[in-house]
Amino acid sequence: MTGFFAIILRELRTGLRHLSDISAVLAFFALVATLFAFGVGPRTLGDLAGGVLWTAALLAAMLSLDRLFQPDHDDGGLVLLILSPVPLELVVLAKVIAHWLTAGVPILVLAPLLGLALQLPEGSLPGLLTGMALGTPILSLLGALGAALVLGARRAGVLTALLILPLVIPVLIFGVAATDPANGAAPVLFLAAMLLGALALCPWATAAALRQSVL
Amino acid sequence: MTAGEAPLFRGEDIACRRGGHELFHGVGFALWPGDALLLTGPNGSGKTSLLQVMAGLRTPSAGRLDWQGRDIRDDLAAHAGRLHHIGHRTGSRAILTAREDLLFWSRVRAPVSRQRCLLALARFDLLHLRDLPVQALSSGQQRRLALARLLAAPADIWLLDEPAVGLDLSGLASLEAAVARHRRSGGLVVIATHTPVELDNPVRGLELDRASGQVPEHGS
Repeated sequence: MTGFFAIILRELRTGLRHLSDISAVLAFFALVATLFAFGVGPRTLGDLAGGVLWTAALLAAMLSLDRLFQPDHDDGGLVLLILSPVPLELVVLAKVIAHWLTAGVPILVLAPLLGLALQLPEGSLPGLLTGMALGTPILSLLGALGAALVLGARRAGVLTALLILPLVIPVLIFGVAATDPANGAAPVLFLAAMLLGALALCPWATAAALRQSVL
Repeated sequence: MTAGEAPLFRGEDIACRRGGHELFHGVGFALWPGDALLLTGPNGSGKTSLLQVMAGLRTPSAGRLDWQGRDIRDDLAAHAGRLHHIGHRTGSRAILTAREDLLFWSRVRAPVSRQRCLLALARFDLLHLRDLPVQALSSGQQRRLALARLLAAPADIWLLDEPAVGLDLSGLASLEAAVARHRRSGGLVVIATHTPVELDNPVRGLELDRASGQVPEHGS
C-alpha cells in the first residue's frame, strides 16, 4: 500500500507544481459555458444551464487527460511502474484518483459559480453537484482508458477525445437528468451504478493497454 | 565454482524477435549468488531486448527463464519485485526534486526510510543537490540519481542497461563499488555496456552476435 499512496502523492505534487494545467482546464470550462450563454441568449438560458454546464465540464476534462500517462511514457517511468511490485491496475487507480483530485474536483468547485452566471434554476444545484460528484470520477476512469489506448500515437489528444466522448454520452444524459428535481433520485442512482461499473472495469482495461504501449 | 548447486537465475535457449526479424536465438545463461554477467555485442544485437526479457517485460519467442527452478512467467509480479531495471531513460520527473524522485521510486518498491534514501544519494555524491529539481541536474547527475535507486530499495537482481553512459570517473567508481557490495551480499548483476566497467572476478560473459546469436559462456 505504501506504493499506492506514493503514486497518488507524486501525481498530486506534480499536478500542483504545474498549476497552469489545472487553471487551463478551469478557464476552458468557464469559457465554453460563457460561449453558450452568449450563443443562446437570456430567455432560454436557465432551462439549458444544466446541459451547458455538463457539456462544458466534459470538454474541459478532455484537456487534462494527456497528462495522465504521457509524461511517464515519454520519460521511461511507465516501464518502471510496470516493473514495480504494485499491481498495474492499482497504479492506474492511483493515477485516476490523483487526476480526479486535480481535474474533477476543481470543476466541481467551479460549477456552482458558473451555475449562478447561467441562471441555473434554484432547485437544480444539489442535483447538479451530486451528479457531477459521481460523474467526474467516471470521466477520469474512462479518460484513463482512452489516454492509455492512444499512448505513442500522433495527435493523441484529439484521438482520446474522439474515443472517449461517445462513451460518456450516458453520463451526460443522466447527469443532466439529475439537475431536474422532478426526476427524483433515479438519475443519481444510475450515475452511481455507472461509476461502480467503470471502477470495476476501467483499471484492468487501462492496465492491459499500458502493457501494450511500452514495447 | 558452486558446481553442485542449481543456479539461482537461469535462461535456456532464449530467442527473441523484434519487428518481424529474429534478434538472437539459442541464448542461455546460468547465474549463482554473487555472479555478474556482462552482455556484449554490437549495436542492434539485442542486449536491451535480452535485458527486457530477463525483466519479464518482453516475452521471448522461444526458451524459458527460471528463478530458483521456477519459470518466471508463473509469477511475473513476484519477479518484478526482485529486480531493479535501469534503462536508457530514467523515469525521473523533471519538476520533482532529486530527493522526492528517489523517495518515490524507492517507496513504490518497498517502505523505504528517508534515511536510507539520503544514504543512497550520498553514495552517489548527490547529497548537496537533493533539493534541486531533476531538470536542473546534468545528464550525468540524473544517471547517478537513477543508480541511487539500486541502493535505496533492495532487490536481488540488478539489470543495468548502459549504466555508465554520461558518468564521470567518480560516478563510475560509485557504480563499481555499489555493484561489488551487491555481489558480496549475494546479489546478481547483469550489465550491458560499451563503456568498460571494472568488475571483480569472476565475471561471466555473454556475447550477442548479430549473425548467429550463439553464445560462448566463460568464466574469466
